[in-house]
Amino acid sequence: MKRNSHRTQKIAFFFLFLATLLIVVPVGLILVIIIQKGLPAINWQFLSDIPRQGMRSGGIFPAIIGTVYLVTGAIIFALPIGLLAAIYLSEYSKDNLLNRVIKLAIVNLAGVPSVVYGLFGLALFVVFFKFGASILSGSLTLGIMILPIVITTSREALESVPQSFREVSLSLGASKWQTIRHIVLPNAVPGILTGTILGLGRAAGETAPILFTVAAFYLPQLPNSIFDQAMALPYHLYAISTQIPNVGEKIRYGTAFVLLALVLFMNLVAIIIRYKFRKKKKW
Amino acid sequence: MRKFKEFIIEKLILICGIASIFFVALIFLFLLKEGLAVFNIVSPFQFLFGKSWYPISDPPQLGILPLILGSLLVTLGAAIISIPIGVGCAIYIAEVAPLKIKEVLKAGIELLAAIPSVVLGFIGMVTLVPLVKNIFHLPTGLTALSGSIMLAFMAMPTIVSIAEDALYSVPKNYKEGAFALGATHWQTIYRVMLPAASSGILAAVMLGIGRVIGETMAVMMITGNAAVLPQSIFVPVRTLTATIAAEMGEAVVGGEHYFALFAIGIVLFIISFAINVTADFFLHKRQ
Repeated sequence: MKRNSHRTQKIAFFFLFLATLLIVVPVGLILVIIIQKGLPAINWQFLSDIPRQGMRSGGIFPAIIGTVYLVTGAIIFALPIGLLAAIYLSEYSKDNLLNRVIKLAIVNLAGVPSVVYGLFGLALFVVFFKFGASILSGSLTLGIMILPIVITTSREALESVPQSFREVSLSLGASKWQTIRHIVLPNAVPGILTGTILGLGRAAGETAPILFTVAAFYLPQLPNSIFDQAMALPYHLYAISTQIPNVGEKIRYGTAFVLLALVLFMNLVAIIIRYKFRKKKKW
Repeated sequence: MRKFKEFIIEKLILICGIASIFFVALIFLFLLKEGLAVFNIVSPFQFLFGKSWYPISDPPQLGILPLILGSLLVTLGAAIISIPIGVGCAIYIAEVAPLKIKEVLKAGIELLAAIPSVVLGFIGMVTLVPLVKNIFHLPTGLTALSGSIMLAFMAMPTIVSIAEDALYSVPKNYKEGAFALGATHWQTIYRVMLPAASSGILAAVMLGIGRVIGETMAVMMITGNAAVLPQSIFVPVRTLTATIAAEMGEAVVGGEHYFALFAIGIVLFIISFAINVTADFFLHKRQ
């Protein structure tokens, strides 16, 4: 009986291990394939040239710049609102119905399908506000999409500042806002930074929200203002993989490599900041 | 003066605090504003259960049943693959893996969550699609099955991380109690930990499925995009999300097709809202 249950345990743990391998091995394979086939395509010309011959040769410079603009715009919008919302949730809100509804709204905002964000951006920014398909419309759409990430991570950072810090500050006669501004916020900066960078990474990789709000199929010049359309890396990858026949393998893998490298680099930075912060934390 | 400044700041904080509610409402309102007009052309019943989707024929046929079934088929396939593997992996990480390997695995899962869906779609096109075509001797590898496999993969990070959290938050003395009664580690997991974490695991599964239903780019690149009633998992299908993404570029603003695509957006919004509210309920029940 005893031996039997130990054998069962061995078999069960083997299957659990197998399940884990089934997830981790493909992730490794994906990275290896993209690095192996994408890295040789990367050179200065690929990164700095405009697409040529119907995107079958040349580089991806306008797409890189477009993505940088979009991501910057998204974070300019999402960071202030997200941070203040996080301050509200962590410092001001009481455990009441409003608080509950706000949290539910954040969960829902995070769960709305990305293509529905695209529809929303089209209806509100492109059509209703008449911004047209532009960097402004795309940035605002992406900004609302990453709001839940910024709020959730910032709130966690603020809440991890010990309560005693606040009590000391308040007992010295500081007002509530002074306490938040000079005591709570500085101690939460690494966490807020982590959230911001994760939001940036998410915004850089999303395709569906920019499909109808900003993305230009082929635009060999750089945008001049925030009311211009722009190319973007994820949409460019989609276009050269599915919309245009006979695009060289090198260009497709190269584009995938640049996009993946950009997104993973941001995630890596966020993970490193979080790790260092945890080690340094004295409380 | 200082009092006044603080008053302004605190009001600003309150406004931003309720901004999330405002945005969710705004999204729903604008979907309704643009989408409800389709019901001047077709009845809600015809829209949801109509068997043909030919939005640009004259007169347009706007029945989204093929798209709903396409989404359901792909989602069902993804759920069958991802739930056992995802929950298994979560148990392994939470209970079995040594501490060092645990950190590596968690980082790997986080990495998977970070890969943009268009990159996964691209990789699926060049690796998975030919594989499915050759193994099953199909005319094309762009099928519901390929979509299910790829989507299962995209649901895993959600399932693993939330289920692992649920297992982690089971009180330690449950486990100690089971050990003290002579149970093996696996018996403890199977009889004590899993039932105790069941509502959290259920929430993890639901949120994973929510991710699958809403996924757009990868599914559009891999499932072949045929808006017909699917007969098996070996044929091309088209999902709700892919229809919007693929067709909105050609739809005229304010036309019937445009309204219909927004109405699909309403359907998707309601599905994701229902899933998230229910999952949230299960997550809070646990505490």
